[in-house]
Amino acid sequence: MTLDAPVVHNLDPATGESSAVTKPNRLSIIDGDVHTAPSKLAELAPFLPQRWLEHMQTYGSRKRHGSSYEPYPKAAPRAMRRDAWPDEGGLPGSSLQLLQKQHLDHYGVDVGVMGPLGLSGQGEINLDLSAALASAINLWQLEVMAKPEPRLKASIVVPFEDAVASVREIERLGADPHIAQVFMLTRSMEPLGSRRYWPIYEAAQAYDLPVGFHVFGAGGHPYTGAGWPSYYIEEGAGHATSCQTVVTSLVMEGVFERFPKLRTVMIEGGFGWLPALTWRLDKLLDRMRDEVPHLTRRPSEYIREHIWLTTQPMEEPEQRAHLEETMEWIGWDRLLFASDYPHWDFDDPFRAFPASISDAHKRQILTANGKAVYRLG
Amino acid sequence: MVRHVIAPAKDLPAGNRIRVMIDGKPVLVLNIKGELFALSDTCPHRGASLSGGILTGHVVSETPGEYKYSRAGEILRCPWHAWEFDVRTGRSWCDPKRMRLMQLDVKIEPGASLVEGPYKTETFPVRIEDDYIVIETT
Ligand code: FES
Repeated sequence: MTLDAPVVHNLDPATGESSAVTKPNRLSIIDGDVHTAPSKLAELAPFLPQRWLEHMQTYGSRKRHGSSYEPYPKAAPRAMRRDAWPDEGGLPGSSLQLLQKQHLDHYGVDVGVMGPLGLSGQGEINLDLSAALASAINLWQLEVMAKPEPRLKASIVVPFEDAVASVREIERLGADPHIAQVFMLTRSMEPLGSRRYWPIYEAAQAYDLPVGFHVFGAGGHPYTGAGWPSYYIEEGAGHATSCQTVVTSLVMEGVFERFPKLRTVMIEGGFGWLPALTWRLDKLLDRMRDEVPHLTRRPSEYIREHIWLTTQPMEEPEQRAHLEETMEWIGWDRLLFASDYPHWDFDDPFRAFPASISDAHKRQILTANGKAVYRLG
Repeated sequence: MVRHVIAPAKDLPAGNRIRVMIDGKPVLVLNIKGELFALSDTCPHRGASLSGGILTGHVVSETPGEYKYSRAGEILRCPWHAWEFDVRTGRSWCDPKRMRLMQLDVKIEPGASLVEGPYKTETFPVRIEDDYIVIETT
């Protein structure tokens, strides 16, 4: 088996034509993070009760950090790849045709797990609006994307600050074969191991669905423990700390004791931060076991069994061998490829990994681990 | 030495760009304020086609709080992870020693000098009375 890269990697912007994968790719690719998005509110109209459509038109969105959009301007317009804007207008990720041509067909992606971030209700202060938008985006994913294009799998976006509504949503859609996971964000009102979120984990476990924790979110707290940093670049670095908060909280609160079959995926936070955190937690537990007597195992064991991570945006150490070592520490069965298409920090499945990684390990990351965690055939 | 006739000069006015294949490799030809540049169209970072990237300037700062904007329109920014390349040297801003785009020799030549050959063009006839964009490779 070889892992030949396609010769040309994007559409030709001059013609808009797909360069097509010039060599058939010999691996199936499971992509754990594809951002589809409706271009505008009107596209959600068939799935959103009139009452909430009018609410959005009249009052709009107001998230917990106080505005309706991301607090930091992005490095590229709307954080998108500049070559992913559809010719016919609308947001990148809104045109199924372009997504098929530029991403699924181009790289030979067999399964892309959608993670909708826009108009998805998460982080809305108005909890009823949050639930209504989450339901609408879920139906939109199913009807507009996953049913016409079965390579795309939907996520159950849950309005996670409202566990009751979240469970309702999981029960409504959890058995649908187009669903791959339950979708939450790392920046929440309380650390995500807290009991207010447990009903969500219970329902996910009952439906045998993994819970994906994607970076970002509007929990109402500044992005660092010392307030708002000055730069977007600091927000980017800060995802690693918010992921660490999630992992630490899930482990220490005993979520995996309580839900021993729960699978979780950290999405878009990279992974280099995990080994040091694991070592630290083990060391702390050895000294303070009596503070958390509900834990029966060491943190590293819970992490090794219950937590997967998507690879993007991969750390890029000068010596690429260091990346491989880090992956080794985490475990080759724990990492799964994600592209983050169509966002500007996109990873290419053929170019993102160091060439020195063995084909067997690449196969785990690109195919096998995704299949296992999302229970794909 | 092979002369590749890319396009009639009038087809690439200032502010325009074209992507062409030369010896099987994509090349981006830019006309910036009347000056022509030809660079490899494969980003050395992760392989994106740079033709979808914007041309921007160079922001430099000698000390926090002071900024200078220079080289307007001469810095090509990759449409993916925003690495920046100097169109004059091909060098990347973030790692100028190791990361650079191959530059090709591009100029405008009169049709009369070309028809004598040798030259390569498959898509249009070369006429004596017109000027053409020509890239030379060895
Ligand atoms: S591919 Fe160009 S900056 Fe990454």
